[in-house]
Amino acid sequence: MLKKTTFAAALLAATVLSGAASAKTFVYCSEGSPEGFDPGLYTAGTTFDAAAHTVYNRLLEFKKGTTETEPGLAESYTVSDDGLEYTFKLRPGVKYQTTEFFTPTRDFNADDVVFSFDRQLKADNPWNKYVTGASWEYAAGMGFPEVIKSVEKVDDLTVKITLTRKEAPFLANVAMPFASIVSKEYADKLQADGKMNQMNQMPLGTGPFAFVAYQQDAIIRYKANPDYWGGKQKIDDLVFAITPDASVRYQKLKAGECHLMPFPNAADVAAMKADTNLKVVEQEGLNVAYLAYNTTQAPFDKPEVRKALNQAINKQAIVDAVFQGAATPATNPIPPTMWSYNKAVEDDKYDPEASKKGLEAAGVKDLKMKVWAMPVSRPYMLNARRAAELIQSDFAKVGVTVEIVSYEWAEYLDKSKAKDRDGAVMLGWTGDNGDPDNFLDTLLGCDAVGGNNRAQWCNKEFDDLVTKAKETSDIAERTKLYEQAQVVFKKDAPWATIDHSLSIVPMRKGVEGFVQSPLGDFAFDGVDITE
Amino acid sequence: MLRFLLGRLAVLIPTFIGVSIIAFSFIRLLPGDPVALLSGERVMSPERHAEISAELGFDRPIVIQYLDYLWGVVRGDFGTSIVTKKPVVDQFFELFPATVELSLCAIVFAIVLGVPAGIVAAIKRGSFADQAMMGTALVGFSMPIFWWGLLLIMLVSGMLGWTPVSGRISLMFYFPPVTGFMLIDSLLSGQAGAFKSAVSHLILPTIVLGTIPLAVIARQTRSAMLEVLSEDYVRTARAKGLSTFRVVGVHALRNAMIPVVTTVGLQVGVMLAGAILTETIFSWPGIGKWMVDSVSRRDYAVIQGGLLMIAAVIMLVNLAVDLMYGLINPRIRH
Repeated sequence: MLKKTTFAAALLAATVLSGAASAKTFVYCSEGSPEGFDPGLYTAGTTFDAAAHTVYNRLLEFKKGTTETEPGLAESYTVSDDGLEYTFKLRPGVKYQTTEFFTPTRDFNADDVVFSFDRQLKADNPWNKYVTGASWEYAAGMGFPEVIKSVEKVDDLTVKITLTRKEAPFLANVAMPFASIVSKEYADKLQADGKMNQMNQMPLGTGPFAFVAYQQDAIIRYKANPDYWGGKQKIDDLVFAITPDASVRYQKLKAGECHLMPFPNAADVAAMKADTNLKVVEQEGLNVAYLAYNTTQAPFDKPEVRKALNQAINKQAIVDAVFQGAATPATNPIPPTMWSYNKAVEDDKYDPEASKKGLEAAGVKDLKMKVWAMPVSRPYMLNARRAAELIQSDFAKVGVTVEIVSYEWAEYLDKSKAKDRDGAVMLGWTGDNGDPDNFLDTLLGCDAVGGNNRAQWCNKEFDDLVTKAKETSDIAERTKLYEQAQVVFKKDAPWATIDHSLSIVPMRKGVEGFVQSPLGDFAFDGVDITE
Repeated sequence: MLRFLLGRLAVLIPTFIGVSIIAFSFIRLLPGDPVALLSGERVMSPERHAEISAELGFDRPIVIQYLDYLWGVVRGDFGTSIVTKKPVVDQFFELFPATVELSLCAIVFAIVLGVPAGIVAAIKRGSFADQAMMGTALVGFSMPIFWWGLLLIMLVSGMLGWTPVSGRISLMFYFPPVTGFMLIDSLLSGQAGAFKSAVSHLILPTIVLGTIPLAVIARQTRSAMLEVLSEDYVRTARAKGLSTFRVVGVHALRNAMIPVVTTVGLQVGVMLAGAILTETIFSWPGIGKWMVDSVSRRDYAVIQGGLLMIAAVIMLVNLAVDLMYGLINPRIRH
């Protein structure tokens, strides 16, 4: 009976979807499989592309192509004078998606917002541990458990979030994928049916696309949400064809098997640009690659030594060799596309002679050091080994002998944060929310020493500026503070800033309306196909 | 025969326990911390790390963790993936049919081409055909799978447009999986063109995965045939005036097939290893890529469970090969 039912369902689906061949289907050759479909549980961009930017919305959204926030599920908000209370007015009439697995009976309301935050923050919420190892890592990483005191429903369309301290980046944080709003009604139904796991496998939200099916490691299917509050999409169906290999993605794009692909091989970009059937858009990524000295270990505890070494590195050569030009040499620890980027800061010029003299003046002779090279390719550093070899060669010219070391990725991340670590570590960062705090405090703050602060650099002047900026809500004032912080950073040189890579997105000529996100997200609302 | 079978099955139990110990301990010997990896490049506080480790049971003595795991396996519970939060068994059976389908096609491809090539090479020993075939086999054996796969995609799919680039079926077809085998499911779906699409998607991955086994089988068949063809009973058969076809096809081939069958059995393990690369190149959703991803994420439950289930499959295939000896050569009786 079961088999008959399954077969009948298959036939029905076939009949219904045979018409789908004529529907407008947009195919995205994604680079990997999502870990799951509950954005709160994960930290990877691949998962957010598949779950957060398709199915869900957030109280605030990032305006397309920028890191500025705009109203999402919240139409507006007010902040109390003491900067601790945020009151969000919710958008009325927002419908949840109607799918084969759930039919909502009510619109989005304040209960959903309270539930979405509480499940991540309160250990006694039944959804806090609804899957094995649910650690809500992103919320923890952004400090939500410490920063958020309470999330309360004022009325059906008003929510008040109270903070424990002033936190200027909070508004950007609520626009991040992990803060997606889930349906409490759907959650209650799953809980009552004993199917809580389904929240992570069959997502349901208010977003532009409704989840249809996922075949593990192969295909994710969505259909346009006809009730979407932002209007129905121009495409009917959205398909993620999971294609891990970049060369194969390119072949699929060329063959017309997909419309858009992420992360091309740098070596293929020139051919892509020359192909008349394709177009390539590029944008400076919100990232930085750096070489972090251990500023607690001699001789790297002296700023003059670090500055001298920085002068020995030919960044342009690294950009040319590793990125084939698809990156820019980095001056500051934040990318130029980010507000508060200090254009007045001058980079340490590549000057081996000056570097030699600087080292001599600092009393450094026959220095031997380790340079750590990441074992993996990351968007901000495609080939760390190659970059390390170039640095090794640059340092040799000023009399510094470099031993390149590398470890397995998990071990690399773990060992590199040790306070007594030997040598300079190559690493990088991709911004989460477009706020400078997400780079400057996260990577260089005193609290991050022994953690994300791989330089183990605790500079009081810098830390005071960054902390003050975090507590100030006025953007102009924050900008000034961050600009000063960058000056302090450059003067003290805890890192050699290496590059900001470009984000390159090739697509078929007929793709319209795709807007590149500086945050590296791939979102397909508003996209159309004309070919 | 029954006694032999029961004996072999009994041996599987200690082997299975041995594999479970190796799988369990080796993955833990690798550097890297699965809990720390959950937060990516962001650093997790020591308190939080301890809390999550305790929740996942990683703070207990290793022996207790192992015994707990083994007890779960006995009850059919292979654990839950730390990444996808899904039971390992569910994921395995969702992905395994894709690997089996590809491996079966590849081994059939290898046998169908490899055995005749080996026979012809043996009969025409020293000829141009022999040298060409064995030379090609050597090239096939030496070919890096990754390179071979990309080359075929660029030539056959990209330039000639004869086959699709990757995947299991065209995205235009959608039907819920019934058996997990795309060839069967596409037929069951009743959708016009679905089966043809599934077949066309199988061609390149089959060739790529089957190339090395094809080369091995061809060389093994040739050398086994050469040995058998020089036997007295073959000379006698020829002296009796039997046709070459009968001498080779009946008298020689049957005896030469025993080492070939062994080779085919061994190729199953090789194929599962090769499937990792083939699946990655052709975006083929099988267990190979799943396992590799799990190693890089230190997803202990998936690696342990996946290895155990793969080991079980290989052990069963070897058992089947042993049983086949008796069918091929009646003198071998268990």
